Amino acid sequence: MSLQIDVEYKRQALIVRLSGELDHHSAQTVKATLEEAIERGRVHHIVLSLKDLSFMDSSGLGVILGRYRQIANRGGKMVVCDINQAVHRLFELSGMFKIVQVEDDERSALSRLGVVS
Amino acid sequence: MAGRKHNQMSLTFASKSENESFARVAVAAFVSQLDPTVEELTDIKTVVSEAVTNAIIHGYDGREDGLVHIDTRIEDDTVYLTVRDDGRGIEDVETARQPLYTSKPELERSGMGFTIMENFMDEVEVESRPGQGTIVRMRKRIESTNAILN
Repeated sequence: MSLQIDVEYKRQALIVRLSGELDHHSAQTVKATLEEAIERGRVHHIVLSLKDLSFMDSSGLGVILGRYRQIANRGGKMVVCDINQAVHRLFELSGMFKIVQVEDDERSALSRLGVVS
Repeated sequence: MAGRKHNQMSLTFASKSENESFARVAVAAFVSQLDPTVEELTDIKTVVSEAVTNAIIHGYDGREDGLVHIDTRIEDDTVYLTVRDDGRGIEDVETARQPLYTSKPELERSGMGFTIMENFMDEVEVESRPGQGTIVRMRKRIESTNAILN
């Protein structure tokens, strides 16, 4: 199963929904797609929904951290939401919780960023 | 009393990134005969993904004409997993195994591959010879089979 990337602009935020499997192979597409979406949309913040992600490994951590740095360099924030138990373990192991904000769902992620949904 | 279980399987495939998902799904399907929990199966898939990705990115430097070999053996309730490449090898295995260390930061690597393997498996052993390749040997006991065996 491959990876699907759904991108939606909501006010100054970019909502990214990943479904399928995020590994080294698909991370390259995620990186290219999001780099361009961030630049093109002149967005301030990113909401990354992992609700329908069925697999992720350390390559996923790498690409998430990369987009966090990209948006942080522009003075923006990133909130990750709807993480499953497996992703939770990876976040814990790698110290991601200290870097990236995590919320239960998209709605709370948007309100955390001050974007009215 | 249940009989002793023994089974094995080997895979060899090209060092292409699209084979990462094939490798983890194939190993997971083979290990399924031990009736693992969803979490145990996710652990196995994740470590296969990590080791194969390392072989492709680091062993072969992204070259697609190398070969990655996986040997999986089941002995009773334990899975023995070996991932091997014939690539460039690792100069300093100790450093490579450190959490957050990566030799390729420009590729947005998290440096968590070996740490994940060590946390998800019971034992991880890395043998590498510069210029000859790397072998990662891992072992994990599948707990959920205990209920059946006892």
